[in-house]
Amino acid sequence: MSAASPTALPRWVDVVALPAVNLLAAFLLSGLVVVAIGEDPFQAMGLLVTGAFGNAESIGYTLYYATNFIFTGLAVAIAFHAGLFNIGGEGQAYIGGLGVGLVCLWLGDLPAVLVVPLAILTGAAFGAAWAAVPAYLQAYRGSHIVITTIMFNFIAASVMTYLMVNVLIRPSQQSPESREFATAATLPRLHEIADAVGLEITASPLNLAFLWALICAALFHVFLWRTRWGYEIRAVGANETAAIYAGISPARIIILAMAISGALAGFVALNELMGVHHRIILNFTGGYGFVGIAVALIGRNRPLGICLAALLFGALYQGGSELSFDMPNVTRELVVVIQGLVILFCGALENLFRGRIAAYFQRPATAGAVS
Amino acid sequence: MIRASLTAIAMAAFAVAAPAAAATIEFSPAVVFDMGGKFDKSFNEAAYAGAERFKKESGVAYREFEVTQEAQRDQGLRNMARRGANMIIAIGFAQATPLEKVAKEYKHARFTIIDAVVDLPNVQSVVFKEHEGSFLVGMAAAMASKTNKVGFIGGMDIPLIRKFALGYVEGAKFVNPAVEVLQNMTGTTPAAWNDPTKGGELARSQFDRGADVIYAAAGGTGVGVLQAAKDGKKFAIGVDSNQNYLHPGTMLTSMVKRVDVAVYEAFKSAQANKWKGGISNLGLKEDGVGYSLDDHNKSLITADMQKRLDQARTDIIAGKLKVTDYTAKK
Repeated sequence: MSAASPTALPRWVDVVALPAVNLLAAFLLSGLVVVAIGEDPFQAMGLLVTGAFGNAESIGYTLYYATNFIFTGLAVAIAFHAGLFNIGGEGQAYIGGLGVGLVCLWLGDLPAVLVVPLAILTGAAFGAAWAAVPAYLQAYRGSHIVITTIMFNFIAASVMTYLMVNVLIRPSQQSPESREFATAATLPRLHEIADAVGLEITASPLNLAFLWALICAALFHVFLWRTRWGYEIRAVGANETAAIYAGISPARIIILAMAISGALAGFVALNELMGVHHRIILNFTGGYGFVGIAVALIGRNRPLGICLAALLFGALYQGGSELSFDMPNVTRELVVVIQGLVILFCGALENLFRGRIAAYFQRPATAGAVS
Repeated sequence: MIRASLTAIAMAAFAVAAPAAAATIEFSPAVVFDMGGKFDKSFNEAAYAGAERFKKESGVAYREFEVTQEAQRDQGLRNMARRGANMIIAIGFAQATPLEKVAKEYKHARFTIIDAVVDLPNVQSVVFKEHEGSFLVGMAAAMASKTNKVGFIGGMDIPLIRKFALGYVEGAKFVNPAVEVLQNMTGTTPAAWNDPTKGGELARSQFDRGADVIYAAAGGTGVGVLQAAKDGKKFAIGVDSNQNYLHPGTMLTSMVKRVDVAVYEAFKSAQANKWKGGISNLGLKEDGVGYSLDDHNKSLITADMQKRLDQARTDIIAGKLKVTDYTAKK
């Protein structure tokens, strides 16, 4: 990807200027779309931004969405580093949620210091197990991981629908959702924590899972660039033949990388179930697993980049919903168009302006070399 | 007629209620649609139609929001309440849990929820006896079928849809105990509510297995089912909204669920300060559900069929004929 760029740009250009230009182009085009439906583009973009960052509550929502995207973005990225395309984040998050939910429902009476780590471990284990099956099939049977992980999303959805409708549903109600978790089995929200120390913050779904997401991002970095396993994963991803020559077993690494990937995806359930809904509900994954692919791509598969990309997507989700709220003409489909344009420019067309900007930066350099 | 009688019931119910305390506050209505989106040609669109009718008649604009993420249900309702909306209608059972939270926080606001029950003083719950309406269209299907096989296509396998299915099966078997009912659900993710392609495929496969009437209770997915029936020159039964006009000639009837009337009445009564919390369970008796008969399908429903359907309707209302409510079973 960007590492193979022939023109070495100053780092700030690569990290700040280029994404900013791409983002600007995306917003420009979105503005034209807004004009086309007869609304004021400046007002729309203003609403998008204030909707995402305007006050404590909207920032809370933005960060809450970002939490999900950090988890799924990291999940996709670790598989990428091993040369694998994990499209199964959605299903892994769903099954991870089953693990988290079962712990919270059955052991909710235990003190929080026990339940929360147990839920984290179980969620990770369930997610990892769900990812390990396609990984095994890829490693030892050669079944392509893209196909199998997609299929596993549907299996996960079917399993969860069956369990929610027939087994875990709270009796005598329409909606397929479980009973509520005990308080010990929920993650405190930011405004509740602030309340406890005497600060007042507007209520939002932002909860402790956000902190765990940041910790995961840090651990991700340490694991991938500071441990032997991380090195082996990157080696297999970069060149499998060379990795075998170096004595690394690709099959083992595929399963390892996918298991970690599934575990990270499973953490979405911490944010959604333990942090927000406090019960198991259908479809709490809401497409976060798929958006994680875009987050990982835009974040260049680096933890810091993923956190920033997750923030961008969180802002688009939250700002987008505020936008359609205040401008009824801007339907939710149009919000998806705007989000799509941002993905297009930041992800797929990232080289659109690179050449021109590079040329601008190289001119003085070449001139200097001649003289 | 439906309109008139429902109005009468609503009036009767609301007449007992003392005018709400907040009489001087400006009336500000809002609707929060569910994930299917307001143009699903079915459930949400019925709500949209009701809201639009109110807007047209009263000249009062309403705020609206379409939910796209689970967390947005809570957010949408809360946003409405915070921005001063005081008559908020939540469409769909999935909004029950978030509504319960928000309604407790905004005690001055009035909420109406469709398809679920939330037991709070400032919430009006409107549920429908879908099984009764489905029973009638099940009868119609069995009477119209020449192959003695009829089909059912649901959206997701959730209790609400099983309620439709069970009523339909009982209705079909009531006419002809030997009739075979083929059943399929479209999927296990919310995409199942909006997948006309798959709806069409399922319909074709049921037609291939011998069914010649299919009842679609699958939101936007149903559009594909109805289309497949038209292409295969078989019969289809629409749901929630009256969908007969979509394909005259192959639309046997529609199981109408008067979400539009419920929404309209909620707005109207709230505007007149006659809105009242509580549960209303609308069935055949209240004209909350029923089968549709209009210019588009009157040639398909013979006089004999209509007679039997009306008889069954009367018997159900009188309690002589019992239809099992799937959701009440447990």
